Parts: sequence; C-alpha cells; structure tokens
Amino acid sequence: MANIMIRQNSAGGLVFYLPKRDLEADIRSIEFDTPEKWGGELKLENGGSYYVDPMPKPARLPISVRARRLGAAED
Amino acid sequence: MAALTREDTEALIAEVLEVYPDKAKKDRAKHLMINDKTLESSKKCITSNRKSLPGVMTMRGCAYAGSKGVVWGPIKDMISISHGPIGCGQYARAGRRNYYVGTTGVDAFCEMNFTSDFQEKDIVFGGDKKLAKLIEEIEMLFPLNKGISVQSECPIGLIGDDIEAVSKKAAAQIGKPVVPVRCEGFRGVSQSLGHHIANDSVRDWILSNRDGQAFETTPYDVAILGDYNIGGDAWASRILLEEMGLRVVAQWSGDGTLAEMENTPKVKLNLLHCYRSMNYISRHMEEKYGIPWLEYNFFGPTKIKESLRKIASFFDDKIKEGAERVIEKYTPMMDAVIAKYRPRLEGKKVMLYVGGLRPRHVVGAYEDLGMEVVGTGYEFAHNDDYDRTIKEMGDATLIYDDVTGYEFEEFVKAMKPDLIGSGIKEKYVFHKMGVPFRQLHSWDYSGPYHGVDGFAIFARDMDMTLNNPCWTKLTPPWVKKEAVAEKKAA
Ligand code: SF4
Repeated sequence: MANIMIRQNSAGGLVFYLPKRDLEADIRSIEFDTPEKWGGELKLENGGSYYVDPMPKPARLPISVRARRLGAAED
Repeated sequence: MAALTREDTEALIAEVLEVYPDKAKKDRAKHLMINDKTLESSKKCITSNRKSLPGVMTMRGCAYAGSKGVVWGPIKDMISISHGPIGCGQYARAGRRNYYVGTTGVDAFCEMNFTSDFQEKDIVFGGDKKLAKLIEEIEMLFPLNKGISVQSECPIGLIGDDIEAVSKKAAAQIGKPVVPVRCEGFRGVSQSLGHHIANDSVRDWILSNRDGQAFETTPYDVAILGDYNIGGDAWASRILLEEMGLRVVAQWSGDGTLAEMENTPKVKLNLLHCYRSMNYISRHMEEKYGIPWLEYNFFGPTKIKESLRKIASFFDDKIKEGAERVIEKYTPMMDAVIAKYRPRLEGKKVMLYVGGLRPRHVVGAYEDLGMEVVGTGYEFAHNDDYDRTIKEMGDATLIYDDVTGYEFEEFVKAMKPDLIGSGIKEKYVFHKMGVPFRQLHSWDYSGPYHGVDGFAIFARDMDMTLNNPCWTKLTPPWVKKEAVAEKKAA
C-alpha cells in the first residue's frame, strides 16, 4: 500500500502522484466514476496500474488515498 | 559546427560511454537521451533520481544541502542551526547569495553560520544537551529571531540523537517554533530528497500555525514559491506581479519571513517557480486549503509574457487588463535589450547542466537572444522534470541526467558549444579548456536574471562572457609564433 494523491490537471484529466517516488502520471482510465462509487483500478499512461478502494466521489480534488500497486511500470 | 543529427548524437553517446566497464556503461546509458519532442513521457528514454555510480565524478549535493541550503536557509528571520560538525555549514555559507533586506545579526540571519560544532565527545555521548544549550544561547544573543530550525547533518542520524524531543522542549521554553529537520546528508541520492524533507517539515511545523486566525485578505493574494531571491530574483519577479494588480503575500523562501509562510494558506493562488524544490508543499496546500498552483517562468520576454497571461487567467478582468498593461509597458524595454544583444549572440550554441529548474526554464531566454541550447541536463531531477524538459528542448538535442565530469567534458569537446552554463565545480575545468562559461547556480556574482530587469542583466552577462576578448588570447604568443614558423618551414 502506498499513499498517493489524485489531482486534476488544467485540461480536466486526472493525474496520479506518488510522493514517495515523485512519480507523476496521467490517469488513462478509472474503473468506477459515478457519484456513489469512485475508484477501483487506475490505469496510468506510463503503463502502471494501481487499485484504490471504491468510495463516494470526493467533493473536491486533489485527494490523498491509499492505493495498492497492481502492475508496475517502474523497474 | 552544424547541429548534430540524431545519428551523430547517438554515435557520440556510444563513443563517450566506450571507456566505462560494462556494468557502468549499461547504467550510464540509461541516463543519456536524445530529445524527441513527440514524446509525452520521458520514462522510457531516461532514468533519473538514481544513486550515482561509485567512482564517477558527480556534481550532486546532499539532503542537508537541499534542506538547509535551499529551502530553510533563505528564510531571513529564522535561524537555521547546522547541527553537527562545523564544516557542512561553513563551506556552504552564503554561497547561494540569497539577497534579503534586514540587518544581519539583528533581525536577519541568512549569512551567518550557526552550528553545534560537534566534537568527538558529542559523537560519543550524544549532542542533545549541546543543542538545548545552543538554542538557549541563540535566544539570548539574537532575541529578534522569529524561530529556529535544526538541520541535521550526517552524524545526528548515525548516533541517533533525539532532536525532536529537544526541539519540542525548547519551543515551549522560548515560545517560538523550533523545527527539527531530519535532513541528514546520507538520505536519498541527492539534494532532492532534502527539498522534500524540508517541505514536509514546513508542512508539519509551520504551515498550519495561523489556521483560524484573522487575516485581511484581498481577492488578488498570491504567494511566490520556489524563488530563492538569488541576486534579487524574487524582487524582479515581484514587481511585475504587483504592477499587474496582485498582492504578493509571501516569498518562499528568498527574502521571506516566517510570518509570510504562516500566512500562505490564505492566498488565492500559489505561483511556483522552482517546481523541483517546492512542488510538495504546493500539492499539500492544494489538497488541504484548496489553493491551486501554477508553474510559471520569468526567464526571457517570451516566457514572461506567456506566464503573466497564464497567471492572469486565474483572476478577473482587472488582473487580465493589468497583465496586458504590464506587457505593453515592458515590451519596448525588452525589445531594446534584444535589439542590442541579439546581433552579438545570434546563432551561438549553449550547453547547460544545472539543478532544479534552470535546465529547462532558461531555454526560452536563450532563444529570445537567438541562441540555441544544444544540450541540457539536471543534477537531481526526477522524471516529472524531464517530462517538462522534452517540450522545451529542440529535437535531437542531448539530454543528460547526473552527468559525470568525464562525460560532460567529452560532450563539450565533441559538440563545441560557444557557451556553457553550469556550476562552480564545472567552471574552471571549462575555463581551462578555453570555453566561455557562466555560472548558472548563483549567476556568477551577478543577477537578478528573473523578470524584465533580470533579462537585461542576463543578456549583458551572456554577451560579456561570450564575446570577451580573453578567449582569443588563450594561446601564448610564443606558441603561436612557433606555429607560424613551422608553417613557414613546411
Ligand atoms: S553529506 Fe553529511 S557530512 Fe557531508 S555535507 Fe552533507 S550533511 Fe554534511
């Protein structure tokens, strides 16, 4: 598990940020994106993917959440 | 020499790497790339933020340098104690030329070196008592300090001193913030982790100090983050922002104060100049206080105009008009600078190797002067920096991460730039090789280089260095004569 931050970029897309490794990557897709259920698997543009426990859609971004690494793009 | 093609550059990299043993060669190859503007992410082409290879000459610093030297040091009314042996602080003292207004030793302390001066007995018996006494002494001798930060040097972590406990106790005693910073030099691979640690300690010990307290705000409050006022940089930036109608509440951290930092959570927009060293705190403020942040670039007219408009887009029409007014007012000044220096600098090639933001930020300023940046690189960048660099640099230019002394020299020999911009450790090597050189960390005792005023000085300095007559006088006359005689004989 790692602490990650999800924020919105100026174009409106979601950006993934892993402070521990200074890894910043656009989020290609998010598994659940409805007001009641938000999160699930995040596919990153660098090829990696992370899992965030689904939760109600946050009222405001950025938000720090715990995430599990599914597939690594990092070495 | 004509610009290198992609194949030439590839061949050059291969040739330079040839001397390394296999393992080192493989590792270093990952840190060198040839730019391709179409790339979205640098990930596949360049590896960064890795431990330097043993045996090579690297230009990096340590985490303590990143925290004390860069982030904490310039806060003028706080005293940063270099906790540990005396050398770390003394040899780095005032080296970054963070200008400030104040009376040194009375209400401002940046240029002074405060240290616990560890001796053998402190290593053996621990230095906590000494630290407590030191804080007491500081409070007695410099009562106008607004707070103290304890910057750990290597031994503190090694011997396991509890600086947090000492700091907490001392803070209660003197009634001012005392911030323990765990930035021992051995942490991380470069000064970069020191920036991160420093940001985290600001977050934990300073940022929320004034939450809930009344503060008279305006809709136009901004803070300048990641400008260390080297040679007056932040001042040259600040006047532009103020002229367009914004109120600059805080400067982080060049010429900044503790109160400014504590008030920063109340601003409307954080303006981030050095992304590398302060993105952490910007992200934190965005999440906790909902303050958006924006990377801007005040090097050279093109980028200044672009940035002013980008900043204005966050505000109402009054500021947008203000930005246009500022641009209109200063354009003739900047054009005059270009008219004067561009003919003298046009077509010259530059190679850069600097720290946090300059390898990409100054590219625009050189281009405004008609110069071309053919190679660039960072000492301690991460991949997000290279993502941003790819877009700034021309195609097929060389990008090097944590370049070694040997590689840099070889690249320069092959690419023959007309000017190199790098740090003090590289300076004299290249002077001896006869290549014009400008120190781009502390502006070679000049500056400011940010903003409109800075651009005029930047252009003058580049011209002064590049077109200095000394570069034609490097061969002594007797050697020259011999060459002439030989030619005659032949
Ligand atoms: S690496 Fe350690 S000993 Fe060296 S300057 Fe940094 S803190 Fe001091």
